[in-house]
Amino acid sequence: MRICVAENVGVRLGQATVLDDVSIGISAGEWIAIVGPNGAGKTTLLSVMAGLLGSSGTVSIDGHNLARLSPRQRARMLAYVPQQPEVPPGMSVNSYVLLSRTPHLSPLGVEGPRDFAIVEEVLDQLDLIGLGHRNLESLSGGELQRCHLARALAQSTPIVFLDEPTASLDLGHQQQALDLIERLRRERQITVVMTMHDLTLAAQYSDRIALLSDGRVVAEGSPSQVLESNHLSTLYRARVKVLKVEDDIVVVPISNKKKSL
Amino acid sequence: MALGARSQSTAVTSERLRAPWFLVGVLAIVCAAAAGLLIGPADIEVSAVVLELIDRLPLLTADSGLSSIHANIIWEVRLPRVVLGALVGATLAISGASYQAVFRNPLADPYLLGAAAGAGLGATIAIVTGSGDGMGTFDTVPMLAFLGSLAAVALTYFLGYSSGVRRSPAALLLSGVAVASFLTAIQTFIQQRNVETIRQVYSWILGRLNTASWSEVSLLAPYALLASLVILFHRRTLDVMRLGDAEASSVGIRPQVVRLIVIIAASLGTAAAVSVSGLIAFVGLIVPHTVRLLAGSSNRIVLPLSVMFGAAFLMSVDLLGRTIASPAEVPIGVITAFCGAPFFVVVLRSSRRSLG
Repeated sequence: MRICVAENVGVRLGQATVLDDVSIGISAGEWIAIVGPNGAGKTTLLSVMAGLLGSSGTVSIDGHNLARLSPRQRARMLAYVPQQPEVPPGMSVNSYVLLSRTPHLSPLGVEGPRDFAIVEEVLDQLDLIGLGHRNLESLSGGELQRCHLARALAQSTPIVFLDEPTASLDLGHQQQALDLIERLRRERQITVVMTMHDLTLAAQYSDRIALLSDGRVVAEGSPSQVLESNHLSTLYRARVKVLKVEDDIVVVPISNKKKSL
Repeated sequence: MALGARSQSTAVTSERLRAPWFLVGVLAIVCAAAAGLLIGPADIEVSAVVLELIDRLPLLTADSGLSSIHANIIWEVRLPRVVLGALVGATLAISGASYQAVFRNPLADPYLLGAAAGAGLGATIAIVTGSGDGMGTFDTVPMLAFLGSLAAVALTYFLGYSSGVRRSPAALLLSGVAVASFLTAIQTFIQQRNVETIRQVYSWILGRLNTASWSEVSLLAPYALLASLVILFHRRTLDVMRLGDAEASSVGIRPQVVRLIVIIAASLGTAAAVSVSGLIAFVGLIVPHTVRLLAGSSNRIVLPLSVMFGAAFLMSVDLLGRTIASPAEVPIGVITAFCGAPFFVVVLRSSRRSLG
């Protein structure tokens, strides 16, 4: 079943065409990574699919045209974590994650026991329960990343959009965060759409990769289909090799230092 | 899931105004109001004031032994002044707090979008055209100040949102600065061309409650109540706004609409407050920030406590203004800044909490 379908999506900002006739379909329960060089339109595509940016063409979620949904209806279907989420000063982890319950409350309503229970469950799963009363500002990068994830999950939506979820993390925390997303995705049967710079991690964790370049989808399919040395070398204007290490696909940059010496 | 979590569901709760802070707020209001009623240039016994007040309570009678002149001082001079001070202080403080929330800017105050400059221009026009002397009951000064204030905010909003900078709050703030400068320039021009009324204009600009009467209380009360209620109803939504427009929108609210509703409510309250009290500076800035530093940054705490402490603060400051140089009065706007600024610095330096 297709849970999210973007058809002929185009975005122009001033004179520049950021997205050009992009069509992409996402199946329920899959993990799809949107990759591509800087300026390819990854974040713009994610924002359009999350309903936060207008575009030509249509995006539908679960059969509903996204443009016709109210923000509340939309927020019950999809959660979105930007690349650098706001960290409101003086806000506790509990209060921060509770804000995600907004679409499930009456318009000017406040949270009830059910919302507290849902947030507590999410905090527990993400190993944040002991940090509940801490201020966001006092957390480490990895803890903060889990808080953003917690907020997306406590929104209780079938589909989650993550913009560069590992951008600010070190190698170990990148793996931990992605392992966590994988575990939660299976347990909660949610669909994950993320943008990613790191091609190796994208290949290791996602079911499918969409490769964007200059606002167009230039390749789409399983990691082994999309990540191909010659193709990547041209698109990224880089010297790369795609290796197979055990069962993993690994994309490595090749130095030309020796050749130039 | 809900079953398992219920047993330990005390861990996660939402922030709200807790009883101790509520009681501190009530106590501050009661003390400030009592002081305002009991202290004044007319020498009236404390016990007589208390008995006079009790006498007005239903089902109770007490003989205060006050002359009708002294009774009049309490009911027609001190009490309306105390009530007006409370209403102005509460309105300016909650308006300031709400502006800081919707603009996510700690420097935002109720005069941010030109409300003060517009009111100043309106009042100056009323004074120099001689249609109001600043004293009478049917006075055009509050009316023109009120209209000027609202017109200035409307102009700022129109310019800010038609500027095409993708409807960013920053465009609104900048057009507020432009509108305020422009209107202040006109106001100064008119003021300089009419030096004979400069004293009256200046006294209005510095803020005063010495003309307080029940008619001004009834003028302000409906707007103060409406503004406070609308803003308080949005207390959780304003916490969501702290995530910024994109993320607030992603959890299902409409940031532009919330901002417009809050601006309308706060502007009505501010316009009504300045129309009766003149331009009292600083209240909308230091009261909410003091609350944040002492009690927490959630708007569910900041907004109700700003109402209470704003009321208590202005009542106290007004008492100081009319007693320290008695029988002369020091303009209340001077005292709010003179006392408020050092107090705020002390709170700022001693607090470990952050300004949200």
